[in-house]
Amino acid sequence: MPEPMIAVAMSGGVDSSVVAGLMKREGRNIVGMTMQLWNQRRLPELASDKATGRCCSIDDVYDARYVAQLVGIPYYVVNFEDQFERAVVRPFVDDYLHGRTPIPCTLCNNFIKFDTFIEMAEGVGAEKVATGHYARITQNAETGRWELRRAADASKDQTYFLFGLTQPQLARTLFPLGGMVKSEVRELAKSLELPVADKGDSQEICFVPNGDYKAFIEAYCKEQEIPLADMGGKIVTREGRVLGEHAGYHSYTVGQRRGLGVAAGEPLYVIATEPETRRVVVGRGDELQTAEFTVREVNWISIPAIQAPRRAQVRIRNRHIPAEATLFPVGDDTRVRVLFDDPQRAVTPGQGAVFYDGDLVLGGGWID
Amino acid sequence: MAIAKLEVEKAVERCYFDHNATSPVAPAVIDAMLPVLRDGFGNASSIHQPGQQAKQVLEKARRQVASFLGCSPKEIVFTSGGTESDNLAILGVAGPGAHVVTTAMEHPAVLAACRDFDATYLRGDSRGRVSVDELRAALRPDTALVSVMHANNETGVVQDIAALGAVARAAGVPFHSDGVQGAGRIPVDLSQVDLYSISGHKLNAPKGIGALYVRQGVTLQARQVGGRHEQGRRAGTENVPGAVALGAAAAMARDWAGLAALTQRLEAGILARVPDAVVNGAGAVRVPNTTNIRFAGIEGEAMVIALDLRGFAVSSGAACSSGAVEPSHVLLALGLTREEAKSSIRFSLGLGNTEAQVDALIDAVAASAAHLRRLSPVYA
Repeated sequence: MPEPMIAVAMSGGVDSSVVAGLMKREGRNIVGMTMQLWNQRRLPELASDKATGRCCSIDDVYDARYVAQLVGIPYYVVNFEDQFERAVVRPFVDDYLHGRTPIPCTLCNNFIKFDTFIEMAEGVGAEKVATGHYARITQNAETGRWELRRAADASKDQTYFLFGLTQPQLARTLFPLGGMVKSEVRELAKSLELPVADKGDSQEICFVPNGDYKAFIEAYCKEQEIPLADMGGKIVTREGRVLGEHAGYHSYTVGQRRGLGVAAGEPLYVIATEPETRRVVVGRGDELQTAEFTVREVNWISIPAIQAPRRAQVRIRNRHIPAEATLFPVGDDTRVRVLFDDPQRAVTPGQGAVFYDGDLVLGGGWID
Repeated sequence: MAIAKLEVEKAVERCYFDHNATSPVAPAVIDAMLPVLRDGFGNASSIHQPGQQAKQVLEKARRQVASFLGCSPKEIVFTSGGTESDNLAILGVAGPGAHVVTTAMEHPAVLAACRDFDATYLRGDSRGRVSVDELRAALRPDTALVSVMHANNETGVVQDIAALGAVARAAGVPFHSDGVQGAGRIPVDLSQVDLYSISGHKLNAPKGIGALYVRQGVTLQARQVGGRHEQGRRAGTENVPGAVALGAAAAMARDWAGLAALTQRLEAGILARVPDAVVNGAGAVRVPNTTNIRFAGIEGEAMVIALDLRGFAVSSGAACSSGAVEPSHVLLALGLTREEAKSSIRFSLGLGNTEAQVDALIDAVAASAAHLRRLSPVYA
């Protein structure tokens, strides 16, 4: 029997390049693949000279292909543009137009990287996929259940974006970097003589140039002939006092402080955006604190759905430090009520909420 | 770290079934080219002996290509390949703002060259075959050029360029045909054709050489300007080794019947083994080396990769700048949906293919199709 084939998702960045180099050095049978997700020639009005950090740029594909050649593995670019637009870009735009703040990376993980990509990998004869994500996968010796754990490098941990992983997906996925810290990965890149060792990390939403999501939404809606209703309206306090005007509620996100353009005696924050009334509600910092909220479309990872209240740490943003809370089952297995011990700042509808027990990722879902 | 050799190269024998993308250089072509590369480096425009020698082999190559196409050597312009030949024919004949008639199934080298003209795109029937009536209806008093490809690169469907050319020429309009996939695979009849493009590397010559047939009397404006090379129609020191290679490739005997039998064996074998597979362009006259098969419910890209990992080179759609596959504009023009176009695979045969390779490919395609359909969420 030949060594089972593993498809490595290669972005052209240092992490996935090290995965390819490492696995090849270990003698694994690997094939490199880069996902073409977005056509950068679309939406020409967004074009700029500073095209760095954009996904699927020719430069990144060039780097990934070069690394695959250096490592000595077969390499292919696979075209998922149609699926990416359907599963990630459109929902991203819809969310903003409905006053929610989306996390496209989670959608991409759920529907592209660990769905379409796994399917493609299996289709070409691979049994597993490997990516450069910082997270760990273990298997429970007693129950056989696959478990997701936080990365050894807490500052790089990506489990917040991986709460949608299912048991079949976990069974087919390898995260070779989950036990390493970033400096080790960079050292490995050097020792493997990979030319991307000093390449910067990608940061913003990959298909939105320069992080300007407002410009992206406008350009996309124009291209797709999606009528953009006037989204301008009033900036109000929770009591309904009008403080000013805004040009579009989709430019505001809960917790935002800068750029409100209203003067007040104390710092004001966006507390909510209300698409129905086109109002942006602002208030003092303490009005942003929330103790209780509901999570929908919950995916249980390391444990089966809870049937009784359970203690956990809950993370509501990627940079949020998981806070002590109690999870309450509400009716079906896909909804959970979260009650923080201490109220947390800026619980934002549309963002993910991920439940932890120490390192272990219990599950997660979308903030309702 | 040096570029490592792909391990798969060692593990599997390569079976090449993508001759419409490019073809291996024939041993006879290499034999003809090598002495020119070694000793015949002269500039064909120079007055001295090395130059005269280069001129001599260049003109011999021109005669070979002319004899291959059935025209006069004076009517042959050497170019860098198919794209340049197509560009030169269209941009060199049609003036700014002119009306041109072409088809939606053309190669990008033609489509892009027509972009800045007032262009009418013929669609043909469901197989992409353009009729004389359709062409006649598209002609206008200000039509400056008609360009219809001889054989389609994706489907292999052949156009009746003699009949179409006769319609255009009767109306006083020059007729160009992109013959890149036709020449060397089917007989070429230029009696009603004014301009005809060929490409070396589709004909078992190397990349970087091609030719454009320009009927005597057709006015052609040079696109690449400089010296008075190629009778002022294409400036630049002649690629003598390339021209010699093209001449040798043109002079090669070709076993069309054998190629047709192999392609037929492949097509019949796949259709017998794989359910829900249909031939795109079936029923039309096709070149003897091409079959384009649609496998319902299959991602063509996955099959191309799966086959490559097992040693078989085939293709699906067109490669975009990143190297990813986009659905073929030719199949879309035939009325296929994006999904249907993406589930189609092109097999194109040529020099070096054997019955044993064809049989092994049939097995691999059948296995891959069954595997992909087991995984497919849409195929039941």
